[in-house]
Amino acid sequence: MRSVVPVDERVAETPSTATLRFDYPPTAEPGQFVMVWLPGDDELPMSLSYVEGPQKGITVKAMGESSARLVRLRPPDRLGVRGPYGRGFDLSPRRILVVGGGSGAAVLAPAAEAAARAGALVDVALGATTREELLFYERFRAMGARLFPATDDGSFGYRGYVSDVARERLGSESYQAVWTCGPELMMRKVLEEAERRSVASFGSVERVMKCALGMCDACALGPFHVCRDGPVLPGRRLLDLEEFGRAFRNASGRLTPFEVRRAPSGRTGRDRGPGR
Amino acid sequence: MADLTTTVAGVRWRNPLWLASGIWGESGESLRGAYEAGAGAVITKSIGSGPRPGYPNPTVEPLGPVGMLNALGLPNPGIEEYPREIEKAVSAGVPVIGSIFGGSANEFTALARAMSRTGVRAIELNLSCPHAEGFGTEVGSDPHLVERIVRRVRAATTLPVIAKLTPNTSDPGALARAAERGGANAVSAINTVRGLAIEPELRRPVLAHGIGGLSGPAIKPVGLACVWQIYEAIDLPIVGIGGISTATDVVEYLLAGASAVEIGTAVAQDGIEVFGTVAKALSDWMDRHGVGELAELIGAAHPGRRAKRGSPRRTRSVASHRRRRVSVVRGRSPPAML
Repeated sequence: MRSVVPVDERVAETPSTATLRFDYPPTAEPGQFVMVWLPGDDELPMSLSYVEGPQKGITVKAMGESSARLVRLRPPDRLGVRGPYGRGFDLSPRRILVVGGGSGAAVLAPAAEAAARAGALVDVALGATTREELLFYERFRAMGARLFPATDDGSFGYRGYVSDVARERLGSESYQAVWTCGPELMMRKVLEEAERRSVASFGSVERVMKCALGMCDACALGPFHVCRDGPVLPGRRLLDLEEFGRAFRNASGRLTPFEVRRAPSGRTGRDRGPGR
Repeated sequence: MADLTTTVAGVRWRNPLWLASGIWGESGESLRGAYEAGAGAVITKSIGSGPRPGYPNPTVEPLGPVGMLNALGLPNPGIEEYPREIEKAVSAGVPVIGSIFGGSANEFTALARAMSRTGVRAIELNLSCPHAEGFGTEVGSDPHLVERIVRRVRAATTLPVIAKLTPNTSDPGALARAAERGGANAVSAINTVRGLAIEPELRRPVLAHGIGGLSGPAIKPVGLACVWQIYEAIDLPIVGIGGISTATDVVEYLLAGASAVEIGTAVAQDGIEVFGTVAKALSDWMDRHGVGELAELIGAAHPGRRAKRGSPRRTRSVASHRRRRVSVVRGRSPPAML
């Protein structure tokens, strides 16, 4: 049950990321993902960055060969799409801290949008390597969120880790929920800080995906299958897992440590994880 | 409450509903999760000599209620790495069956030796993957090769050996007889049925590997027919596989001659809870039909079973298991209850 659809629109969001919009009517929730097939090439799990209405969107960052090819697609290039799969964010909290690192903002933006529209107050700690890599800054602002940017090079906002900004936020105000997505080490720090302060926390996790149907075990993370139980999982459960933030299963199923690129360039850049 | 225990390959299992190889078998936590969800035994991913990433995506094509097509390409971390995953399940008391695949009798033998040291209760030989060059069906559709591989593995381990056979053959009975001659303790059937999905808009196969294997409800009649033919051909216990998602599916396989079944694709449709749900429904079905134990159903659809081989077969069959257990599973105490 797969649809082949043309790319309707491509928007360059930052120097390294682009949004692809395409017509795909199935109903989706913020935080869910689709399997995107580049015909004749790879099929990748991509969280939806636009979930409402028939026109969906994904926001892609070139992380491996396949995502590099995906990010270069232009109308009317065609994509195979199946899904949506997995569990998204609980949109009920009224006071939310969103913490996005790098392309992690792609999955957080539609969730924050839906929550803000429903009346939630949303603060966004948004991190990137440099000013022009801050993803969806304007989109977050347009939904009425307060922004707390951080860049590795200090070209905009706080100079340093977005997890430090998140810690400061959690110390200054009381939130009902923390949502985060980004490099796993960053997420681990953010979730630890939230749980330490007894704030319900949720992270959107990435793993190697094959079937996306809860069957093949490629995305096994502790007792979870990220494709079915996730990709959004409670911080409280994630923090119990030795491998969270430290290792992922590669395509052969072998537990493999994240290769963390050296600071400063790697601070908010992706760990060399499952992204292809 | 009906008795769901079943004896296969000289081992008594708590129920006949096993997790099929390739499903949830990459991590020890998943194997354990499947057992806790109600499986009678859990079978690992098929493990080979070294790490293997499998084929590129797309590796799976969902086909709706019919089932799905897959060509994962036997991804596995290899026999050196994988025992640490088995350990996580075995140490929690989970009855694990180790699945192995190789390209030759030598490779199967080495893998069986290594697998025997991991704490698994039995070994399943993958002689039937339909889409891996040099493995699976390519070695498993030749009765002589099947016999040779089983015989070599049989000599290399004290564990029960289950030969998993392919449906992609004109004579499943001949393969089953070959496995029996080689000394297998049981056979399982079927693996997926060779299949292909084409994307018409793009004029190309969907799966990166092209050819894949069909699983799910669509193949139940194929599995039933294979189990039926194998039951007619050999005296070993049979583990039925193919399109099982409900208690009546299980009953049909038992009636065709299976002593246990494996469930795989239904996990995608119904979640891992399928094991608990089906176990309960099977017990209810047996109660409703006045069936006290599975043996009353196994092979019962074969015309003339009672006249031709009915209870005598069962007696012979039990005796032959016993012989085999004594002669082959040396020094093992009577079957442990799992």
